[in-house]
Amino acid sequence: MTAARQTWQVTLRGIRVLLRNPAYLGITLTQPIIWLLLFGALFKAITKIPGFHGGSYINFLTPGIVVMLAVSSAGWSGMGFIEDMAAGVLERELVSPVWRGALNAGTVLYSALVVSLQSVLIVLLALALGANYVGGVGGVLLLILVAALLAAAFSSLSNGVAMLARQREALIGAVSFVLLPLTFLSSALMQQSLVPAWIRAVARFNPVNWAVEAGRSAAMAHIDWGLVLSRLGLLVALVLVCAALATRAFSAYQRSL
Amino acid sequence: MTAAIEAIDLKKTYPPGVAALDGLSMSVATGTIFGLLGPNGAGKSTTVRVLSTLTRPDSGSARVAGIDVLADPIGVRRAIGVVGQKHGGAPEATGRENLISHGEFYGISGRELRGRVERSLERFGLSDAADRPVKTYSGGMQRRLDIAMGLLHRPAVLFLDEPTTGLDPEARVGMWREIERLAAEEQMTILITTHYMDEADRLAARLAIVDRGRIVVEGTAAELKSALEGDRIEIALVDGDGAGAQLALERVEDVGEVSLTAGMLYARARDGGAAIPAVLAALESHGVRVASVTMARPSLDDVYLRHAGRAFQEADSQQEEVAP
Repeated sequence: MTAARQTWQVTLRGIRVLLRNPAYLGITLTQPIIWLLLFGALFKAITKIPGFHGGSYINFLTPGIVVMLAVSSAGWSGMGFIEDMAAGVLERELVSPVWRGALNAGTVLYSALVVSLQSVLIVLLALALGANYVGGVGGVLLLILVAALLAAAFSSLSNGVAMLARQREALIGAVSFVLLPLTFLSSALMQQSLVPAWIRAVARFNPVNWAVEAGRSAAMAHIDWGLVLSRLGLLVALVLVCAALATRAFSAYQRSL
Repeated sequence: MTAAIEAIDLKKTYPPGVAALDGLSMSVATGTIFGLLGPNGAGKSTTVRVLSTLTRPDSGSARVAGIDVLADPIGVRRAIGVVGQKHGGAPEATGRENLISHGEFYGISGRELRGRVERSLERFGLSDAADRPVKTYSGGMQRRLDIAMGLLHRPAVLFLDEPTTGLDPEARVGMWREIERLAAEEQMTILITTHYMDEADRLAARLAIVDRGRIVVEGTAAELKSALEGDRIEIALVDGDGAGAQLALERVEDVGEVSLTAGMLYARARDGGAAIPAVLAALESHGVRVASVTMARPSLDDVYLRHAGRAFQEADSQQEEVAP
């Protein structure tokens, strides 16, 4: 109970930063729109590739954009901790008896909420552009859920990197290094049967691909429950492992003080 | 009286081999203000970090409010308040929001928390600014909020790490009054680190000078000053036999450490006021004409320079501690 209250206080802080910073709020809300329009325009011809059977370009791309944005959005989570280190906020928190897990879980929850909001925007815009959600509202909710879970995992990872590296540059480097390879090594933007075999092999172990596969199956097709549930299970496990690692990174940071 | 803070032989070395604490031991009686003085990098802040469970010592032990910092850090955290050198408030949140979330971190909630927050805002003169973001606060207001947060859970021991650095003189004096009030009315034990001798002199019942990771001298301000053995007497000579005057002065009872520099005689006397008539008589009988006599009681600056002065120029040129 106390842990939940403390977690919520940390989440609340993130929400306040977002709502009280118009520029930040504006970017957070327009980014999904720009991504969907840009990637949509860029990959419009994808349906003409021989062997493509993913339906309309907007149907194929929407889950991919939702998932890609989740990684990109949550990847910056750790930046807040780096600012808090410099400002003295983190020090004040660490000399309090607050549960360390709450400091991580609060920002993870915040990332998941923001990504859910961004995903809703993408889904609605795609609908306006002609997307056909075969899976119905339930399927769309599952797509948003996998995006939120993926965001939760990457938010923890980002927090962990921040606590260990303690430098903006290191975190910026890590996010830029990871985002595009993980996207390209998945079916986010390209149908798996059309990519080289080695990418298909690697993609099986890529959490981004788990999320894309599950989200696409749930929202855009007749749902394959076996696929969706197995990927959901993997994502939930990943969220827990990443959260445990990030919480431990707080102890590592404290040892170095 | 029992000790609220007890540290025994604390050692801590930061890579690549900088000894921040080198066998530091100290004891602070319950309900008193204890001052830690010393140059940058002497180990003051590391001492506070260890005692407040922010970091662990390589060796040694410490108890705060009777709780072992290594065995039960969470117990220590519940019992202490810490006001660090930097402001700890979240800049985008309001003062009230900061106090609320800080209280939740200590497991206080609901009506109890709201009541404490209101009283605390009022007490620290922040009621009018309670719903403004902290980033719009002046330095003095942020400091008051820091202290309000540090006290919200009613700690038994309060750590103040350079609490008035960067404050204007008026805000400094206000802060001093608040600290004195805490110790007097709430029987709180306060450990304060500072660069300012006047601050230590005014606030601390006992103080210690830290240098190179250990305590070099400890006592009340009066004890430390009287340990310097006497007041300083400065005599400006009009002209004449300086060397002879020096000899004459050395024969005066209770006067010592006589030196002559550029027409100025310096001496030290256990009781300067009582020694001056004898000093003047001795000089007059020797035919030395005196332009003026000045007597200075030893200040805490003298104490500080005596004990930490050797290191303080070189230490000041290094960086503060090993900032994380």
